[in-house]
Amino acid sequence: MNQSELKTRAASVEFQSVTKRYGTEVTAVDNVSLKVDAGELVTLLGPSGCGKTTTLRMIAGLEMASEGRILIGGSDVTRLPATDRDVSMVFQSYALFPHMTVLENVCYGLRASGKNKKQSIERAEYGLDLVGLAGYGSRLPSELSGGQQQRVAVARALVLEPQVLLFDEPLSNLDAKLRRQVRDDIREIQQRLSLTVVYVTHDQEEALAVSDRIIVMKNAMIAQVGSPRELYEQPASEFVADFIGEANIIDVDITAVNQGNATVQVGEVMLNLDSRGLEPGSAKLAVRPNRIFIDSRNTANAAVLPGVVEKATYVGDRIEYKIGTEQGVLFCTSETTDRQVAELTEVAVSFDVTGPVLLPEDT
Amino acid sequence: MSSTESEVLSTRRGSRVVLLWLLIGLLGYFVFPWYILEDGFFSFEWLDGYPFDTDYAPAAFLVFQGEKIWLTPLILPLLLPLVVLFRQSSRRFFSTILIIAGASGVFYLFAQGFAIGIRGFNAEWLQALFGELGDRQFGFGYGAVLLACTFLFYLTTGIASRGYINGDVFVVGAIGFIISIVALFIFFPIAQMLSSALRDNEGVYSLSIFIAKFSENKIWGLACLTENRGCGVAWNSLFLAIVVGAATTLLGLVFALVATRSGFRYGNWLRALTVLPIITPPFVIGLAIILLFGLSGTVTQWVAGVLDLQPTRWVYGLPGIMIAQMLSFTPIAFLVLIGVVEGVSPSMEEASQTLRASRWYTFKTVTFPLIRPGLANAFLLGFIESMADFGNPLVLGGNYDVLSTEIFFAIVGAQNDQGRAAVLAIVLLLFTLTAFYAQRRWLGKKSYITKTGKGDGGSHSLMPKRIMWPCYTIASVWVVFTVTVYGMIIYGGFVETWGLNHTLTFKHYITTFAVGINEFGIHFKGTAWDSFFTTLKIAATAAPLTAIVGLITAYLLVRQQFHGKDWFEFGTMLSFAIPGTVVGVSYILAFNVPPLELTGTGIILIISFVFRNMPVGVRAGIASMSQLDKSLDEASLTLGANTWRTFRKVILPLMRPAILAALVFSFVRAMTAISAVIFLVSAEYNMATSYIIGRVENNDYGIAIAYSTTLIFVMLTAILLFQLLVGRNQTSRPFTQSRTNVG
Repeated sequence: MNQSELKTRAASVEFQSVTKRYGTEVTAVDNVSLKVDAGELVTLLGPSGCGKTTTLRMIAGLEMASEGRILIGGSDVTRLPATDRDVSMVFQSYALFPHMTVLENVCYGLRASGKNKKQSIERAEYGLDLVGLAGYGSRLPSELSGGQQQRVAVARALVLEPQVLLFDEPLSNLDAKLRRQVRDDIREIQQRLSLTVVYVTHDQEEALAVSDRIIVMKNAMIAQVGSPRELYEQPASEFVADFIGEANIIDVDITAVNQGNATVQVGEVMLNLDSRGLEPGSAKLAVRPNRIFIDSRNTANAAVLPGVVEKATYVGDRIEYKIGTEQGVLFCTSETTDRQVAELTEVAVSFDVTGPVLLPEDT
Repeated sequence: MSSTESEVLSTRRGSRVVLLWLLIGLLGYFVFPWYILEDGFFSFEWLDGYPFDTDYAPAAFLVFQGEKIWLTPLILPLLLPLVVLFRQSSRRFFSTILIIAGASGVFYLFAQGFAIGIRGFNAEWLQALFGELGDRQFGFGYGAVLLACTFLFYLTTGIASRGYINGDVFVVGAIGFIISIVALFIFFPIAQMLSSALRDNEGVYSLSIFIAKFSENKIWGLACLTENRGCGVAWNSLFLAIVVGAATTLLGLVFALVATRSGFRYGNWLRALTVLPIITPPFVIGLAIILLFGLSGTVTQWVAGVLDLQPTRWVYGLPGIMIAQMLSFTPIAFLVLIGVVEGVSPSMEEASQTLRASRWYTFKTVTFPLIRPGLANAFLLGFIESMADFGNPLVLGGNYDVLSTEIFFAIVGAQNDQGRAAVLAIVLLLFTLTAFYAQRRWLGKKSYITKTGKGDGGSHSLMPKRIMWPCYTIASVWVVFTVTVYGMIIYGGFVETWGLNHTLTFKHYITTFAVGINEFGIHFKGTAWDSFFTTLKIAATAAPLTAIVGLITAYLLVRQQFHGKDWFEFGTMLSFAIPGTVVGVSYILAFNVPPLELTGTGIILIISFVFRNMPVGVRAGIASMSQLDKSLDEASLTLGANTWRTFRKVILPLMRPAILAALVFSFVRAMTAISAVIFLVSAEYNMATSYIIGRVENNDYGIAIAYSTTLIFVMLTAILLFQLLVGRNQTSRPFTQSRTNVG
């Protein structure tokens, strides 16, 4: 069993000023540089049409870069077609070959790369075992459930011990409950085998849950790169703040900056926040909905914003409020679901000490 | 730029391919007979006397014996790739060497082939340059063909390693292969035909003669408008095609509406009609018309008896051709229009009705405008079919001359004027190409088929009453007529002598298909067996080739992106618009002399079928390949399989139904073809259809009809077997796409 165990040959991926154009009009990826370290799981996150799938396909070699260089494990693969790259991909539709059994599917890549039949079957069975599908080898893909098909696709890619493993929205065809399960499985296998994984999704929660680092893309360019916590707590722009979790964007004034600490005025409320390199003057503040508190009793306090509940919606584990204030309509959630503040009630709005974050100027 | 790893990889893969073709090329040069064999391609008589007999010797033996010394230089490009084969070399050098070897090889091979023919040098300036040759050569045989393939794939591999299409050796090779055979067997013959139209009988180029021939009164004359004489053949054909196109479109629409919008429970049975034109040899309808309306036809005699008139030959000429073509081509219009009528999304009509529109108003303002482009399409198809039709005018034409038959008589008749045939063929080609061009440019972009991807609920609303009853009436009359006609065909084969002696008899079947036993075992005594077996053999050989060429082309069109793909598509679909008679004439003109000396062989028949039926294979392939998820290919590629392996292991197995469809249809169409075939058959390779035409010309109607009936049943069996094999759902698509080629 020892020699059939999967070894990691994980390698880094690097883009150097890569551009992909279709014809003369469309630029799908615009001068993108990025680096994925060996053994790391990096997610490409963004709305549809932002260029994340094109980026992934360029790593796979299914699209060729128009400009720039692509390196895998330090060697230049820019002009190398998919067949010759040591990269496997798990497709959104799984792309299992419907005319082959599960075992034949998993063996396919091994046979194509010249392994003999016995070795291939041994490895393929180990791969199926790894994803928890031992004994399913003789079935046809159509006889498996969606989650099982998904795992066959993962096994088929894994057994090749690729330098890089790619996932193209692997969970989008699964129902909500199964998603969490498969997501955790993928993460677990990745960490156990220390694989380099590049993962594409448009679901920010999925990205936060699985990634070592996230690359947020917008309009064919990279908007921000960082760990899940960095992105959520220190968004670099209004776009990122709003795309990763929801955020209220409020116009504020920075009255003073002292050693990286900014004094920020929101209406009558004063906040002390990290200045993030901003100078005194007007600025934008991002506040997560769960970092805004409302109080219907203590409305006279000076350190709060006055507001009116415009709409209250009960969604089970929390209540969502829309509060009209002088700074605009704020969206906040409260986990106190036992008691609901009625619409048109006057409330005092306050902010959590650690939640709000100043946004750097959009460049 | 140190992308050395990728360079090494792609040259290594290229090297394997080059080595393979080098070996094949060596076989071609050193082992197989260089020239074409007299007894046909599949004969092995050459093993006797091989390798020293000049007729059978491979190129190398000829050269060593000091004969055909002009074949010597071919060894250079053949061996040139050895320079790069067994050692590391840069990708650029590798590809340059291959491109030089391939291009110079192809060039020299064809240059010597065209320069030196049966009578020595083919051109006077060559003779002036090198002096009298005193030797000659015949057409390319096995050896030359293998060597030509080697050079071609040297060239494509070289281009691939330049980085074209990601350096994909298989895809570039496939593109190069398809382009070469299309150029050789579609464009080259047409070009030969054009050039022969430009020459006078002595072979001197002359534009004035061409203009004189082209503008001849027999082609363009308008005498019929002013006096009681026939118009030019071009006008005859044009008038006939417009009338037939319009009539078949109207009838097709009526049938489509009855089948889908009448609530008529057996509407789907009407679809069986669409199989008829596929399995009916093109002149058979004409025969049935003669049985009904000819001088001694049933209807003619009956009417003459009732009204006490002298029976006439009224049906020969325009009325007969028109009736026969309408019967033959209405199912094609029906096939096109049923798709269009069904393609109109029911929710559109339902939306209209919820907006308080009546059925008639909905039909007038929503349904009809949506199917209008389909009508134009059906008209153009009917137009092209009628223009190209050869069988019906040949049988029923009388004094009404049309282009397709005039071409035939210009070649086979007393005239034997190839120049005139070429000119007529050009006129015909102009008409059909214009219609083809109109169909693609104008309608290609203007599709109103309202597919939204999501399953559209709802069902089609019924026709409004005021058009329902006229539709029913027309459809019923036409169905009765069609059934009568086919009944006549079956009945006619059992009648002693039509019109004179209606005693039932098996005589005709016995004459054609008798089987006896003699001292050698089973003895096929019937007169038709020879042509029947030849037809089966040729059709069965052509079918897999058509399927392969069609599917590779479809794969390239659907799955690959490359420069000039539009032209590639146009070139491969062009044979759709080339009438069979034109193919026949151009093949005779192009393949009668070395280096491509094919007339009188079975190969020329096979080749003509492959290229005439190629659009059928391409369409079947495109239809089924567009339904395959592209990520299957991509998954295979990212798993390390190359395109060739992907094609073999993933695409081909998943396309099995389309492959079977292409096989059956090219088989059946090869059995029913007549227009090109009649030019290309020889005493040795006589086909069923041309045998039948021969019987018709001798007024042996009984035998002709008995044979036709047999063919119809053979083909019906083939199609039914195929239906059983693949199941109904998968076949309906290739079925609907297949019969859109011209007769």
